[in-house]
Amino acid sequence: MASKKISSKIIIYILLIAGVVLSIAPFYWMIVGSTLPSGEIFRVPPRLLPGDYLAKNFQTLNESLGIAKIFWNSLFIALVYTLISTLISAMAGYAFAKFKFKGKNFFFFIILCTLMIPSQVTLIPLFEMMVTFNWLNTYQAIILPTLASPFAIYLMRQNMKAIPDSIMEASRIDGAGELKIFFTVILPVTRPAMAAVAIFLFMSQWNSLLWPLITLNSKEMFTLPVALSSLIGMARIDYGQLMLGTTLSTIPIMIFFLLLQKHFISGILGGSVKE
Amino acid sequence: MAQTEKVVNAKTNFRVKTRKSLLTPKNVPYFFIGPAFLLILIFTVYPVISSFILSFQEVRGVEKIFVGFSNYSRLFQDPIFYKSLLNTFQILIVQVPIMLFLSLLIAVGLHSSMLKGKAFFRISYFMPAITALVAASIVFMILLDENFGLVNYFLSFLGVDSIPWLTTPFWAKVSVILVMTWRWAGYNMVIFLAGLQNIPSDLYEAASIDGASKVKQFFMITIPQLKPVFIFTVVLSTIGTLQLFDEPFILTGGGPNNATMTITVYLYETGFRFFDFGYASAIAYVLVIITAIISWVQMKLVGDE
Repeated sequence: MASKKISSKIIIYILLIAGVVLSIAPFYWMIVGSTLPSGEIFRVPPRLLPGDYLAKNFQTLNESLGIAKIFWNSLFIALVYTLISTLISAMAGYAFAKFKFKGKNFFFFIILCTLMIPSQVTLIPLFEMMVTFNWLNTYQAIILPTLASPFAIYLMRQNMKAIPDSIMEASRIDGAGELKIFFTVILPVTRPAMAAVAIFLFMSQWNSLLWPLITLNSKEMFTLPVALSSLIGMARIDYGQLMLGTTLSTIPIMIFFLLLQKHFISGILGGSVKE
Repeated sequence: MAQTEKVVNAKTNFRVKTRKSLLTPKNVPYFFIGPAFLLILIFTVYPVISSFILSFQEVRGVEKIFVGFSNYSRLFQDPIFYKSLLNTFQILIVQVPIMLFLSLLIAVGLHSSMLKGKAFFRISYFMPAITALVAASIVFMILLDENFGLVNYFLSFLGVDSIPWLTTPFWAKVSVILVMTWRWAGYNMVIFLAGLQNIPSDLYEAASIDGASKVKQFFMITIPQLKPVFIFTVVLSTIGTLQLFDEPFILTGGGPNNATMTITVYLYETGFRFFDFGYASAIAYVLVIITAIISWVQMKLVGDE
């Protein structure tokens, strides 16, 4: 009986480790590939160890894309977006969770509706709007349309409902203004929820392809996903630089993830899983 | 000390402050939802209405002409549109169950036995969920290369002939499903794992005392208790798959022979390669209707609870 238990445990371990290998191997291959020349990536038998072509790949990648600028574009857009969007959704979530006001149900109904509608339906009018504003190839074209995230608002509302009204009442009696209450009392209490929302927003912006693909057509404004997809469209694909570009778009997130795993997991899952 | 001083100060200023302040508890909620609501109005509500109108129009140069239902009737005769619908649903019906089954299996494996290194497994399985879909698709595009890809290389040791992953219609669909499953299985696994941890352990204890086997316990306790989590993951995956874009766009560009053309890829091609805005809006509205119907059905199912 005991030996049966141990052997079944070993089988579970082996299967789980096989699964881990399948999950991780593509990352390993991506990193190895970024150190190999294009031809070496497609060699039979394959080279499974890193080569010495990293610097050369970086050089070609930089020549074809200007990778530093593209990295900056992605980072700047994602950071600004995350900061403003987190604040906006915290504000709106607070109003919905903690105040009674005329039209509240109507406003909330609109937000729930936009949560259900696939965003694809807005693409064409938004594109027309960007053309009218002359905003193609600008940061604001990427940042503004999704800045108010119904999902983030909903999450913040759920979280702020748990805050007792007495905290606000006490501050009001102390004479604190409404803004002061929000920034110095409410926000500090909801920090974990804000962190989860911020990670969720950052990831969705950093990885976003479709909308930036539509609005950005000049190389120096590309974000990483758009730049990578443009490399595939080229007549002769240089796989070494492609793998390096992919690695560069993945590594920063990976480091963040390993540092802040718990926040990260609940953030990416949109706060749906409580740790 | 400083705290009490502040309080006293605030109290003496109470009257002046409330008079001066423009924001009162009565009007401040409008200030708080203002930015979000304005943005949603401009960048979501207006476009949703505008594209509804556009779907009954044809754009000729700068002019927009009302054409009634002709965009929609054209859709019903468009073989590529049918193909994209069919592909999307084929991928949905095959991929979602396989992936959720795998996710559940891993979650149960991690949960059941008192394994060491649970955290390590959890992180490793979750790792694919942090990559950009573009990045994942690119790496798999290279891994799945017919002649030189690593996947075929390793399969050759098992005696499998090289598979034309990205170049034949059937295998291209399989490739898309493969990438989606790699990317999302760990994500759903974590959701299942959280669900498993929330099942009260006394349920199992009671069942053990009654002599129920582990397998019986799994089907009589675990599965029913997980039902809400199940519905949640099914809804999420279904909505995500209906909007599938990045993977087929990068991996195969919708080909070969439109085998991986999805609704959103077709919408993109129509709207932004051929700039046929009216027709693309009609496609978008069909997607809205399908999503609404499926959400409604799934909500009905949850409502039965």
